[in-house]
Amino acid sequence: MYTYILQIPKLFQWLIGVSLFLSIWLAVLLEYVKLDIVDRNKFTILLLPLYLIIAFGCYSVAVIGYRVATFNNCDEAADELKQQIKEARADLSTKGLKFKDS
Amino acid sequence: MAAKHKYSVLLPTYNERENLPIIVWLLVKYFSEGNIDYEIIIIDDGSPDGTLEVAKQLQKIYGEKRIVLRPREKKLGLGTAYIHGVKHATGDFVLIMDADMSHHPKFIPQFIEKQLEGDYDVVTGTRYAGDGGVHGWDFKRKLISRGANYIVQVLLRPGVSDSTGSFRLYRKEVLEKLVNSCRSKGYVFQIELIIQARHMGYSVGELPISFVDRVYGESKLGGHEIIEWMKGILYLFATT
Repeated sequence: MYTYILQIPKLFQWLIGVSLFLSIWLAVLLEYVKLDIVDRNKFTILLLPLYLIIAFGCYSVAVIGYRVATFNNCDEAADELKQQIKEARADLSTKGLKFKDS
Repeated sequence: MAAKHKYSVLLPTYNERENLPIIVWLLVKYFSEGNIDYEIIIIDDGSPDGTLEVAKQLQKIYGEKRIVLRPREKKLGLGTAYIHGVKHATGDFVLIMDADMSHHPKFIPQFIEKQLEGDYDVVTGTRYAGDGGVHGWDFKRKLISRGANYIVQVLLRPGVSDSTGSFRLYRKEVLEKLVNSCRSKGYVFQIELIIQARHMGYSVGELPISFVDRVYGESKLGGHEIIEWMKGILYLFATT
């Protein structure tokens, strides 16, 4: 089942999800479904899609910000490479390789 | 370690005259130290800077068994370079990496170990997890990288933390099947390979790697690349 869902292009997965949400949201808002809780929170429910978009935006900014801040700097790897480049050039020169700038 | 297997490294090059000898030297060093059977396939796309001449000198030094030259007339793109290279590979595993030294051959023994550990079909290097990381990136570059990666995670759910990473180990027949079913180019090609791998039910392992930005030469990221990237992502969004 899961692999079957995986085969559906992402665009259609999103369309299915969004239209499912919108139909439930509209059904509640236009009172096709009668619920006590809806009458008391009509305004909140009206703005629900907007709230969700804002919440998702905040979540995204937080995740990206955290990941940028915790992105490792591999300074030792760069130093090691610099050292090895020198070694390699010296060794290859003795083996007869000609470098352009040496 | 891994006495039964042979590993073919595909090195697509374009104007890598300065980098190629160093990367080959490092590859030879780590393969020899690990006592691993290997070959290095250099696919030069008609570099005007004489990369192929340098490659020929390297072949003289290390022998035709280890250094295999499969040049092409002109620049034909990464995807076709892999198809071209894998056709000539004699190993049962294929390693793909950049020739500009942003990918360090010291990770190859770890890739091999990881593959054996989980019997994976693909092992992909990640800059975003564990001890992985980058060197030489400023805040803006990190932000673009993380932002782009996040968009890919949300829209395409590739199932790996670094889908644009191009330091990977593939089972040869798996890579053959994947390259023939992918149509994208550049960065997006790497994403499509991983998504297709999961669609076809192949197992994918991840290995944290450090990425040291180009020591020689300039970075290839510009406005045109960003537009192409967005088009590529939307294409994959609609089709995979």
